[in-house]
Amino acid sequence: MSASAPARRYLIKGASILGGESHDLLLADGLIAAIGSAAGDGADSGTETLDAFGLVALPGLVDLHTHLREPGREDAETVASGSAAAAVGGFTAVHAMANTDPVADTAGVVEQVWHLGRRAGLCDVYPVGAVTVGLGGSELAELGAMAESAARVRIFSDDGKCVSDAVLMRRALEYVKAFDGVVAQHAQEPRLTEGAQMNEGTVSGVLGLRGWPAVAEESIIARDVLLAGHVGSRLHVCHVSTAGSVEILRWAKGKGIDVTAEVTPHHLFLTDELVRSYDPRYKVNPPLRTQDDVDALRRGLADGTIDAVATDHAPHSLEDKDCEWAAAAMGMVGLETAVGVVASAMVETGLLDWAEVADRMSVRPAQIGRLKGQGRPIAAGEPANLVLIDSATRYTVDPTTMLSRSRNTPYAGAELAARPVATFLRGRLTAREGEVEA
Amino acid sequence: MTRHLLSAADLSFGDATLILDTADELARLSDRPVKKLPTLRGRTVVNLFFEDSTRTRISFEAAAKRLSADVINFSAKGSSVSKGESLKDTALTLEAMGADAVVIRHGASGAPHTLAHSGWIGGSIVNAGDGTHEHPTQALLDAFTMRKHLTTLEGRKVVVVGDVLHSRVARSNVLLLATLGADVTLVAPPTLLPVGIDSWPCAYSYDLDSSLAGADAVMMLRVQQERMNAAFFPSVREYSRRYGLDGDRMARLPDHSIVMHPGPMNRGLEITAEVADSERAVIVEQVTNGVSVRMAVLYLLLGGSDSALSGAE
Repeated sequence: MSASAPARRYLIKGASILGGESHDLLLADGLIAAIGSAAGDGADSGTETLDAFGLVALPGLVDLHTHLREPGREDAETVASGSAAAAVGGFTAVHAMANTDPVADTAGVVEQVWHLGRRAGLCDVYPVGAVTVGLGGSELAELGAMAESAARVRIFSDDGKCVSDAVLMRRALEYVKAFDGVVAQHAQEPRLTEGAQMNEGTVSGVLGLRGWPAVAEESIIARDVLLAGHVGSRLHVCHVSTAGSVEILRWAKGKGIDVTAEVTPHHLFLTDELVRSYDPRYKVNPPLRTQDDVDALRRGLADGTIDAVATDHAPHSLEDKDCEWAAAAMGMVGLETAVGVVASAMVETGLLDWAEVADRMSVRPAQIGRLKGQGRPIAAGEPANLVLIDSATRYTVDPTTMLSRSRNTPYAGAELAARPVATFLRGRLTAREGEVEA
Repeated sequence: MTRHLLSAADLSFGDATLILDTADELARLSDRPVKKLPTLRGRTVVNLFFEDSTRTRISFEAAAKRLSADVINFSAKGSSVSKGESLKDTALTLEAMGADAVVIRHGASGAPHTLAHSGWIGGSIVNAGDGTHEHPTQALLDAFTMRKHLTTLEGRKVVVVGDVLHSRVARSNVLLLATLGADVTLVAPPTLLPVGIDSWPCAYSYDLDSSLAGADAVMMLRVQQERMNAAFFPSVREYSRRYGLDGDRMARLPDHSIVMHPGPMNRGLEITAEVADSERAVIVEQVTNGVSVRMAVLYLLLGGSDSALSGAE
């Protein structure tokens, strides 16, 4: 945010725009100043030229769902370290979930997170406001105050916990209409998932781990889309994980209900078979499901039933994962591997092209969060929020090089199909080759 | 043999048979006035019990002592574990003390697996019951007991009755008995059978009476107190009527068939006193056999390759 230093200009040579035709791009004054042959003309002696031949240029990615842990668990992540992870992962905007300590359920806390994001300056950090006081599920937090605060909150979520009370959910859905907000539901019927440790199915039966049945997610989504339809509200569903959820969403969208949904990279890529190792890096909520679910989620994302990829980046300290399964915390980091996993799960498989990846990872999430200046086309005059992706060389995930404070990645040693190599936030280079730019 | 015993699924037919044959040899010790072998002299066996289980612990303790191992009992209660020490630090402590084998009982499914694969500890890990996952030495002692009475397990019909969902005994028995060629039928109310049971190497039924016909062995599982008010079944009396083994049901079993229970029993609930104290019940014998089987497991895991009885006079 330091406005003092004169902004550097960048000439990006030969980037494949949305995976299509290659053009030069000139970034100046926070904007895409020129594209094509005009770009070179605008370069001056202070312009840094980047060779981007063979790289894919997408609009900066927008994450609807991260946990940056600050305030409260700065040992696991801070807004600054999470912003760094986001920048090297190709993100120019992230939403920070409300389940911090204290909970982001007041204008004061969301403004604190917002200011921390501005100070870090590596990506735009949008705090998500809690729906209920203390995520307690019993009384509404001051949603309007958070919406009107400097943080300009538009997404409200008790993520980590489900707004399970149907009346409270209805009221929240209705109330946020006044400021064009949206409730992002963590769909998990609490009674059906008491003590749940993993997906309920063949593997949980063998491993003797208490099951988290698909119906616990699907029943809440079914209820919520009906509620949203009834009161004419907008609903967003967090981290959809089952084939049945995709069917319900498809039905609801067919009925014209204003619902959007996200899926995580890990639910597109990993299955509950991995839990046979009892390795807590695979412990996550909602849990890893079956291959049938993975296939349905991929199809749902491809056909647009699922609108967005969101990482659910959930850093945990080593001691919260270096233990027996039942004692381990749920969650995995995801910001730095999202592009690679999506490329492996969706692009290499032919389910999405890069333009569609831009749609699911930038355009639609920006629309859902009502973000201006993010998820925009790559065109002259648009904000210079960009990521350059190397999809020609496979890379091996090395957790020791990650910028997140936590290393609870399930992909250590995995070979992924793509990697972001440079990220620009309003014309400023925020990350290059896995390192943030000072 | 594998280096650890974490799951009954780790055991091939050959492994399981070797353990049972070795246990047979070792069982003969109990007929001698001096019940002790020098085989594991100088080796340290730690009983690491995060859950109370006096029966299993003393069985392992007796087994290790009869093989002359040094035995350390580490109970979570009254130890640093109750003050919040992690499994990892406990393991590192035991490693520093030079444990050759760690017998672990833990409330979390997979804790023995974690211990064995973490790199925290170098010794052999023996699963003495983990959460609702497995209890492989129980399955071995059950198989040992059945083999003694039924000569073989090949083609024998074994009926396991009760709370399969939460039973580590049932899981290990299904896996081991399938390896040994027995036909297993699980019987329980539908609420107490896990999702995915169709993929298990056994049959299942909701009806006890029809399942008992032709059974060579019937194994009754304990109904845990905490299931009784959690809507798994309407009442203890109804459970007992539908799934309890009483004298009438026992009378319909073939003459040669045996009745088993891993203990501790709820007399009058899953099994009536009449059955528990009958000629067919081999429940006390299971306890005796437990020591022999656990001796065999410790002996084989800790590198015994010669005849188990070498060194005895």
